[in-house]
Amino acid sequence: MKNNELKVTKVLAFYLGGQILGLVLGVIIQTLISGAFSTTYFLDLSSWLFGVLLSLLGFFYSLVGYYGLVKGLVWQVVGTLAGALFVSLIRFFMGLEPFNLTTFGFSEPAWVVGALVGTISFMAGVGAITDWYKWALGEKTADHHHDIEGFKKYFGVSLDHKVIGIQYTVTSILLLCIGGLFALVFRTELSNSSLEFLSLQLYNSLMSLHGMVMIVSILLGIAGVINYLVPMLIGAQDMAFPRLNAFSFWVAIPAAVILLSSLALGGFDTGWTGYPPLSVRAPLGMSMFFVGIWVAGWSSILGALNLIVTVLRLRAKGMIAFRMPIFVWAATATSIISLTATQMIGLAFQLVLFQRLMGMPFFDPTKGGNPVLFQHLFWFYSHPVVYVFILPGLGVISELLPVFARKPLFGYKWIAMSSLGIALVGFLVWAHHMFSSGMNEYLRVPFMYSTLLVAVPTGVKFFSWIATLWQGKLTRDLPTPFLFVLGGIVVFLLGGLTGPPNATVSTDLHLTDTYFIVGHFHDTMFGGYIFPFFAALYYWFPKATGKRLNETLGKIHFWLMTPSFLILTLFMMRVGLLGMRRRIADYDPALNFDVWHLAMTVSAYLIAISILVFIFNIIKTVRGKADATGNVWNSRSPEWLVPSPLPAHNYDQEMIVVGEPYDYGLEGSKYVEFIQKEVL
Amino acid sequence: MQNKKHFIIITVLILLVSVLTYYALLSIGLMPVSASIQSKPIDWLFDLEFKLIAFFFSLIMVPLVYSLVVFRRKDGDETDGPHIEGHTNLELIWTAVPLIIVIALGVIGADNLKQVLAVDPQAHQVKVVGFQWGWRFEYPEGFTTNTLYLPVDQQVLLNLESTDVLHSFWVPEFRIKQDLVPGQITEYRITPSLIGNYKVRCAEICGTSHSYMEAPVIVLSQADYAVWRDDQIKLAKEQELASAGKPDAGRGQVLYQESGCKACHSVDGSKGVGPTWDGLFESNVPLADGTTVAADEAFVRESILMPSAKVVKGYSPNAMPNFSYLKDGQVNDIIEYIKTLK
Repeated sequence: MKNNELKVTKVLAFYLGGQILGLVLGVIIQTLISGAFSTTYFLDLSSWLFGVLLSLLGFFYSLVGYYGLVKGLVWQVVGTLAGALFVSLIRFFMGLEPFNLTTFGFSEPAWVVGALVGTISFMAGVGAITDWYKWALGEKTADHHHDIEGFKKYFGVSLDHKVIGIQYTVTSILLLCIGGLFALVFRTELSNSSLEFLSLQLYNSLMSLHGMVMIVSILLGIAGVINYLVPMLIGAQDMAFPRLNAFSFWVAIPAAVILLSSLALGGFDTGWTGYPPLSVRAPLGMSMFFVGIWVAGWSSILGALNLIVTVLRLRAKGMIAFRMPIFVWAATATSIISLTATQMIGLAFQLVLFQRLMGMPFFDPTKGGNPVLFQHLFWFYSHPVVYVFILPGLGVISELLPVFARKPLFGYKWIAMSSLGIALVGFLVWAHHMFSSGMNEYLRVPFMYSTLLVAVPTGVKFFSWIATLWQGKLTRDLPTPFLFVLGGIVVFLLGGLTGPPNATVSTDLHLTDTYFIVGHFHDTMFGGYIFPFFAALYYWFPKATGKRLNETLGKIHFWLMTPSFLILTLFMMRVGLLGMRRRIADYDPALNFDVWHLAMTVSAYLIAISILVFIFNIIKTVRGKADATGNVWNSRSPEWLVPSPLPAHNYDQEMIVVGEPYDYGLEGSKYVEFIQKEVL
Repeated sequence: MQNKKHFIIITVLILLVSVLTYYALLSIGLMPVSASIQSKPIDWLFDLEFKLIAFFFSLIMVPLVYSLVVFRRKDGDETDGPHIEGHTNLELIWTAVPLIIVIALGVIGADNLKQVLAVDPQAHQVKVVGFQWGWRFEYPEGFTTNTLYLPVDQQVLLNLESTDVLHSFWVPEFRIKQDLVPGQITEYRITPSLIGNYKVRCAEICGTSHSYMEAPVIVLSQADYAVWRDDQIKLAKEQELASAGKPDAGRGQVLYQESGCKACHSVDGSKGVGPTWDGLFESNVPLADGTTVAADEAFVRESILMPSAKVVKGYSPNAMPNFSYLKDGQVNDIIEYIKTLK
């Protein structure tokens, strides 16, 4: 007990120490830059964020010492400074101004190169490229690395897909909280008309970052769930390329740091879409945003590549395509999109960066460029990517429904094919974001048809889910993961049904760029990702830890979040239809939206409280006893047939698929059999 | 037999809930006032889609909730449900029927768009210029305003232009939205159908003050409009004569606020996208090419009409649109205003 208190004191001391040290350093730097001291520097956002970075470093250091993540972050800071100084030196020799006081000391090209060098330094510091480096030198490395005991392994490079899955998931929840915090801040500002406490620039930066931080959070969240589950579900020992897997995760950390640094480096005011010409004129934060997403793209692309190879090559004996768990189909469909579309957004952002840094006029009409071109490139990724977000979630719903309905998944092949169908059609609909953009008018009708077509495979999923539930044998008490599955279906239904008015061109001309879109989009994201994500966390938590999350707290979480969320998005759509535009810091009091917005803000806070309940539940459960090591949900899936948590290479015995995955209610049927591995 | 009973119950419930949901949606009053001919077909399509939404919402929600209520295990029952793996005909039906519905919706939607875009060759034209952060309306009769006046029941073709970044022209009561794209003229056709005061609001994020990029839109009867137009023509002539005679700083200040100079150039020395006007006149201005120029009348005039001819050090070229639409007298007014900030 005494020991524990000491540790808490130490962690707190390092955390607060970091914040104070960072603040003081920030003030000193600003004083040096401006040449004069001012007490207002103590209130400056940049200094405070600098403090937050150091306090996090201090926090992690107090937990694990100079190891893994901490080392990586220190190396990233040093690498960023080194890269920026290098560019400044070149500028000096070229006769250009080496430093620029208006952009936080370094010139913009120096910051961008610094960020990239910082990323590589982080990867070297954390140790994610050590093995490849050794191979290049001709040194041998062990085939498998043995993870250190205890929680410390989560703070450094591990090649175990289950550890990486948990690292992804925890990082994702952390970013979810940061993105949610941004939303709470500007939601508070919106609770009545007139600007109360945010500046316009800060409002726009927070609103823009909320979007992109959440997107990165979702990408990491699905990567986490996929990483943890897929090798386990298909009976593989690990992912096909474990080192690449670790690389994909770790590269997302410096990406997130760079993305968030945009807030400290002047922010930006374009929304998450970053449309030029506005993004060409925006402050330095814009470039950090572009570089952050560009780096995060690598994580997506390489992770998807790894997953596809894993599914193609490492399935257990007998697991033909139509005997794969349905989640694996969804994960594969999602990875095909990530692998082929992510390059487009990286490229689009890169082109704007080139225009900003080198004056290449890709989107400058006075020199033959075209701003609408960016929108095509941007949406060619950014539309399919919403299917990247939702397909794994819909996969989780399809995976869990049979377990709780105690019936086979209705129309397994149709659901599997509908995932691929959505992925395919998803590539052909991007211009529906641009009906009012000034693109060629004749493009609008074909894109209306292709967009409406998405309703067909989505409908197949809904009908099949309902048919799975029909005549099921639900337990008296509905467990938390099942509640989240049901919540996901209802919320996603609202998101889906509000889609067609955005697809038919003439109605979309009213809806586009309004709060209706914001509400519709949040419904699809919560229904397609957030609810299933929580369902997956509650469902597989015992698998990962041998401990089951508290049911009462889980139900409080669900019943607090769901109604609040429905109110939030339905009101968003309501004010949107009546004339509330997107991305505005303030609205005309004459529109009488104040009361609706106040209700939305209150709902947003209730959602935040429900997330706190969830986090409290996790902390409480992790510290509790491991008493849920068996088949908690009475599932047929192979991972539940062996004790939790799984050992390093998943199954001690070889797995053979002998039946259908979801034959609930069929006496004596089996999905898999385990046989003793031959002793060599 | 048992199954048949369930199906009858949910069929009745689905129909009931559909109708109730639709009337609930109607009674809330979802759309703003309709003030244009174009909003009629749009609202009709919205109504059709609300009906579809109400029906499909019930079609999924009723059996979902029904299953949750009815298909529960009895106490002590540990058995699984019936082993039903699927039903190919059912799957075919719920693929084909939605497919037919969406194709039909596509046909209806395309026809609806045709109605919305119908061209009246008699339409009168107004040029609409959007800038950070305001609107300017240039009438073919030779005057410019900051409020858009339109006659009722007559189609107007608005030619939209942007001087800087993307904007979007939206009057919720007219329904339609159209982006303004730099380097391109986009078209917006509308036939106001209801006399009244509205507002055009920028719907495409255009920087920090995006929220405040609004301008009044006033729809007048055709007779009132004609009177207003003639007044404006007279007023513009008088102003032009006055400016030509003697430049005036007061008029220059108004132009500074209304033409969009204010978005980039401060008058209090604070930093903006463009250099401040505070203390500008007759100062020595360092240029990007390393030379220095005295800020006399000729320099200021050139910077207004050909902004990229001389770029001030530390500012990007091509950031400023050219303001050659301004009349000579108006440029003189602005120069006169800048002189007062010396």
